[in-house]
Amino acid sequence: MSEQTTVDMAELLGRYGGDKSQLIQVLLEIQRRKRWLSAEDLEAVSTSLGIPYTQVYHVATFYKAFSLVPKGKHSISVCLGTACQVRNAPRLLDRIVDIFGVKPGDTSQDMQFSLDTVNCLGCCALGPVMMMDGQYYSKPTNEELERLASAE
Amino acid sequence: MPKLDSGAALESFRQSLQAAQEAQRPCVTICSGTGCHASRSDKVNAAFVEQLQAQGLADKVDIKRTGCHGFCELGTIVAILPQEVTYLQVKPEDVAEVVTTTLVEGGVVERLVYHDAVIGAIPREDDIPFYKPQTPLVFGQNRYIDPCDIDSYIVKGGYAALAKALFSMSPDEVLNEVKASELRGRGGGGFPTGAKWKTTKEAADPVKYVVVNADEGDPGAFMDRSLLEGNPHRVIEGLIIGAYAIGAHQGYVYVRQEYPIAVDNLTVALQQAREYGLLGDSVLGSGFSFDIAIHRGAGAFVSGESSALMAAIEGHVGEPRPKYVRTAVSGIYGHPTNLNNVETWATVPLIIENGSEWFRGIGTEGSKGTKIFSLVGKVKNTGLVEVPMGIPLRQVVFDIGGGIPKDRKFKAVQTGGPSGGVIPEKMIDVRVDFDDLSAAGSMMGSGGLIVMDEDTCMVDTARYYLNFLSEESCGKCVPCREGIYQMLGLLTAMCEGTSQPGDIERLEEISGVVKDFSLCALGTTAPNPVLSTLAHFRDEYEAHVNEKRCPAGVCKPLVNYYIDPDKCRACMLCFKECPAAAITGARREIHIIDQSKCTKCGACFDVCPSRYNAVARLSGVPVPEPVAAGTPVSPRKGGDDE
Repeated sequence: MSEQTTVDMAELLGRYGGDKSQLIQVLLEIQRRKRWLSAEDLEAVSTSLGIPYTQVYHVATFYKAFSLVPKGKHSISVCLGTACQVRNAPRLLDRIVDIFGVKPGDTSQDMQFSLDTVNCLGCCALGPVMMMDGQYYSKPTNEELERLASAE
Repeated sequence: MPKLDSGAALESFRQSLQAAQEAQRPCVTICSGTGCHASRSDKVNAAFVEQLQAQGLADKVDIKRTGCHGFCELGTIVAILPQEVTYLQVKPEDVAEVVTTTLVEGGVVERLVYHDAVIGAIPREDDIPFYKPQTPLVFGQNRYIDPCDIDSYIVKGGYAALAKALFSMSPDEVLNEVKASELRGRGGGGFPTGAKWKTTKEAADPVKYVVVNADEGDPGAFMDRSLLEGNPHRVIEGLIIGAYAIGAHQGYVYVRQEYPIAVDNLTVALQQAREYGLLGDSVLGSGFSFDIAIHRGAGAFVSGESSALMAAIEGHVGEPRPKYVRTAVSGIYGHPTNLNNVETWATVPLIIENGSEWFRGIGTEGSKGTKIFSLVGKVKNTGLVEVPMGIPLRQVVFDIGGGIPKDRKFKAVQTGGPSGGVIPEKMIDVRVDFDDLSAAGSMMGSGGLIVMDEDTCMVDTARYYLNFLSEESCGKCVPCREGIYQMLGLLTAMCEGTSQPGDIERLEEISGVVKDFSLCALGTTAPNPVLSTLAHFRDEYEAHVNEKRCPAGVCKPLVNYYIDPDKCRACMLCFKECPAAAITGARREIHIIDQSKCTKCGACFDVCPSRYNAVARLSGVPVPEPVAAGTPVSPRKGGDDE
């Protein structure tokens, strides 16, 4: 497994001061920093906010933004929103699966790339669109995808 | 900056800003909305900084990063003021020429301005056919405003409507003005905004909340994103005015975490508004106190539903509850809560500033004002458009949108997102307003207009929406959870050629159950994409079920690709493009598709030059036997072989 980001949970949880309503925001922050939520993370959040573990787990599994398994170093989202769909996003997805060697919802063996499909990235005029590590790519060519796939 | 403590202080501050601006310094405005951001507007910005420095203009020309202009297809958009020359698709390497030609010499870089087939070069943005029929009341300010600079909003008259409401109107008068404007909610439901406000205002509980719904979940719609990113203060101003009318002292903005720029810009905007005394204790010294918190949504379409959204704000799972008691009466923590969409809040300052009578003068009998649409899909000019309610749909698609690319035939417009339906060609003259779209069997929704051409399969489109809804159904109630799942199964079978006679009728029957018995609007409207495509394109469903044929050639299991040996010129294009290496052939040898290897991606069909048209997409008919491998291309009649 490649490097794991560590998060100073005490510092992070301290910022929310035990406010129960901030559960989702706390989880989002952990997810943003280390790209996934471990069982230990959920337990720490449960203790800090005084919310039963089951309820924390319920929230963490309900929303799509959270992952309970480690994610790759680079995250790829392919938009399958309606506007991209009618402009043949499924074929873009096929090409990405081919070139990156990873299926939607999965992470590559070497923990380099995680691929997900999303329902709208909100830049419909540029479709079909993909996003990698926060950067948008409009109608990427195979050459562009291959260049991205060789990213470290 | 001392806090602004009265309406007069705001106005004199605005005048001082305006006086400082009157020097008419040239200004380069660079669109930094998500669309242009995706087209690397940050690099264009950096190039301008560098070039202005290099050409000695660094202290003579301003650079402003603005909100979305709407014409996202042609980003990055750069407008040079005061000349109002607008350049499209600007790349970092174009910047040196723009600086020399326009800012130093006062000329126009012809190759970067909009070119119309009839008129020719169009340097002014407002003259471009995409913008001309628009009425950008709510959205138009975006292009002049730096969303991270509150002064740029104030100098354009921002927060004047708030001052008017606070100092010359009572809360009741504000409410009555909004009611009289006949404004209807822009988020999809079209519920009268004034009536909603009144319910919350009149609820006995003294603790009340107001909320901005920016959980824009409809795939294919990004109006709210562009408003919130490009002009956050207008949304904030609307929310403060609403809070004053209703009597709320705490507001929330529920925004998708998928919109990071919106969250960032809004965070900056709220901070600046607090520093200026526009939020917090005694807004503008009026004695009315109000503040706003941001809640980032964690990705769940159903959380856009009011009761689910409020559960999420409390930190819970965003599932809807039965609404025997409306959220307007019992919302966040059981307190009366008024929820409106981003665009609705952004419209409020206009109504207060110009009066309800002015607002009622725009639009139709039942739908007043303007509406922002996201015009996307198979249309030439894609982007955000703001038009008066009642404009014929044809005008939006063909005049503003410029029609269908590649000379394909128009088929339908999908409106209203996953809760909506399709408007077929024979109804394209329908007026775009709440009531007429409903009468046409679709709905306004939040404003997505997805244009579809003859290459779009309606059964596949219905399957697409039901797949989306089955993933997004929270699972709390059985009709929605199981019904949508069963409908999706039937539609998938149709697209895969395994459906049975009677499946269409079964689909209709389940639709009725889901529609009538689901808990929230996600379920009750879920059958709409099916029912509306069935109403207008039943023949396509029948072809899928009875003939195992996809007329649009979209459903892969029902389609085969075949190279017509009489037309193939052995140009090698499809051979090179095929990702599955399913095409054999060589120069001057007819290309053949190996059907057992073909993944039916359609790449060969797309790359085959239109002058040959050799790749055929077959559906519902057997694939002819291929010619023998190595067969040379037939001699050409015209003789212009390559």
